[in-house]
Amino acid sequence: ASLDNARHLSSLLRAVHFQDHATCFATANGLRVTVEDAKCIQANAFIQAEIFQEFAVQEESVTFRINLSVLLDCLTIFGTGSLPGTTTALRMCYRGYGYPLMLFLEEGGVVTVCKINTQEPDELLDFDFCSTKVVNKIILQSEGLREAFAELDMTSEVLQITMSPDKPYFRLSTFGNAGSAHLDYPRDSDLMEAFHCNQTQTNRYKISLLKPSTKALALSCKVSIRTDAQGFLSLQYMIRNEDGQICFVEYYCCPDEDITEAEL
Amino acid sequence: MRFGAKIVDLACLNHFSRVINTIAKLAKSCTLRLTDSKLYFILSDKVANGGVSMWCELCQGNFFDEFQMEGVAAEHNEIYLELVPENLSRALKTAQSAKAVKIKLTNKHCPCLRVAVELPSLSSSSRIVTHDIPVGVIPRRLWNDFREPRVPDFDVSIYLPALKTMKSVVERMKNLSNSIVIEANLSGEMNLKIETDLVSVTTHFKDLGNPPWASEDGYQSSVQDRDLESMAEARIDIKKLQQLLAGQQVNPTKALCNIVSKRIVHFILLHEDVSLQYFIPALA
Repeated sequence: ASLDNARHLSSLLRAVHFQDHATCFATANGLRVTVEDAKCIQANAFIQAEIFQEFAVQEESVTFRINLSVLLDCLTIFGTGSLPGTTTALRMCYRGYGYPLMLFLEEGGVVTVCKINTQEPDELLDFDFCSTKVVNKIILQSEGLREAFAELDMTSEVLQITMSPDKPYFRLSTFGNAGSAHLDYPRDSDLMEAFHCNQTQTNRYKISLLKPSTKALALSCKVSIRTDAQGFLSLQYMIRNEDGQICFVEYYCCPDEDITEAEL
Repeated sequence: MRFGAKIVDLACLNHFSRVINTIAKLAKSCTLRLTDSKLYFILSDKVANGGVSMWCELCQGNFFDEFQMEGVAAEHNEIYLELVPENLSRALKTAQSAKAVKIKLTNKHCPCLRVAVELPSLSSSSRIVTHDIPVGVIPRRLWNDFREPRVPDFDVSIYLPALKTMKSVVERMKNLSNSIVIEANLSGEMNLKIETDLVSVTTHFKDLGNPPWASEDGYQSSVQDRDLESMAEARIDIKKLQQLLAGQQVNPTKALCNIVSKRIVHFILLHEDVSLQYFIPALA
């Protein structure tokens, strides 16, 4: 694969970088990079083949596990500053099972070659989240949520999300040392692009697992928040890159069962 | 033994502060040698420094409006002081908009460099902020420890690439490995390499140019005999290289390095009125 501006890839990967390791999955459609934690949360970054100047996959699909911190250090070897006019060009090659991932990066006549060892891919969680099972769905403009997420009370163990066809419509709550905080978004707010809530649902998620999604939120222009009957959460972020192309990052999270069961 | 100096010009003051800041980033403690024409900041290659040594030379006339010194004795008109450059750097931070800065060697309770910063004030009398920086006086019998290092018999001498690019690359590589290999040849090519279990990264710089050295003791001919493509390399501690690059606040007029294969890398960074030499030994 080759890319004129390596930042198109590196900024997206940083949005899912909350663990050292990631699984890369390449098909003719593009590249998907998945990061998981605690068997409760999964983040996926999708970079479609169209974003790349060249993208070819030999077999039907190619999968490998790689150290994401190392990959990001290599992609940003010439620095992370986004000075206008200076872009790093990238070529990536993967020969197959057991081979390292080769990166060729070039900026201003200087070439860096990286060889990153790959590993056996792990089994990934399948959240089995499909549109037919969605109970509640909201699409918001990201700027509305950015401040809220950046200022989440981290002394609270959970983030509680309430979605309802009635008041309070959409509420984010935390229960920290200083007290509880509730942030309500009315359904007729300018920031609300779509509101499809059928049932009142209140779910709690471990805040430490969701905090990394703030990175994806910061990059995105829109976010869709969906829950299914079990309370599984899907956050989909629409991200526009420097050239105006669209990419997606998705976070899936299990509800915090310890507390939910206690409530029952 | 006496020393007193004064800087009045703001540009000279800022320039001097920048030099001190660079030195402070490179050495926790170092030797300041004063002669009637020059100042030297010296770090000698003790094991405690990891074998790194530094020699920085400034012409006092380019910085100070007044400069008077009287050395230890008439035949040895020099002063050697041990100091912590970070202390001097912090004192000078208060001088960013000063009217004048006076530096004097005093010995009230113990030897100190007294830095008096005269600041502008609204009233007719000016404000003076004084910093007393403790220093150690180095006796004459130890002066031999601080002689100027010889330029080593290098295998390759090459100009450094743009420091900004080199800095970014080395900073990233520092996250991935503890040691880095610098290799270069006489065709203006330099490579920076790291290799660990997880990853190997090589950055290739081309068309850097090799500085001509005046022939001394005929060693230029031995360099000429060398195959132009063959690389001289040394593996060095990446943190030391990163410290050197991070400390450069202004782009040098000339930057080059001399590599003695597998032994030492000698960096020379020249600015208009300051020259800095930095030696990083190769790792075992």
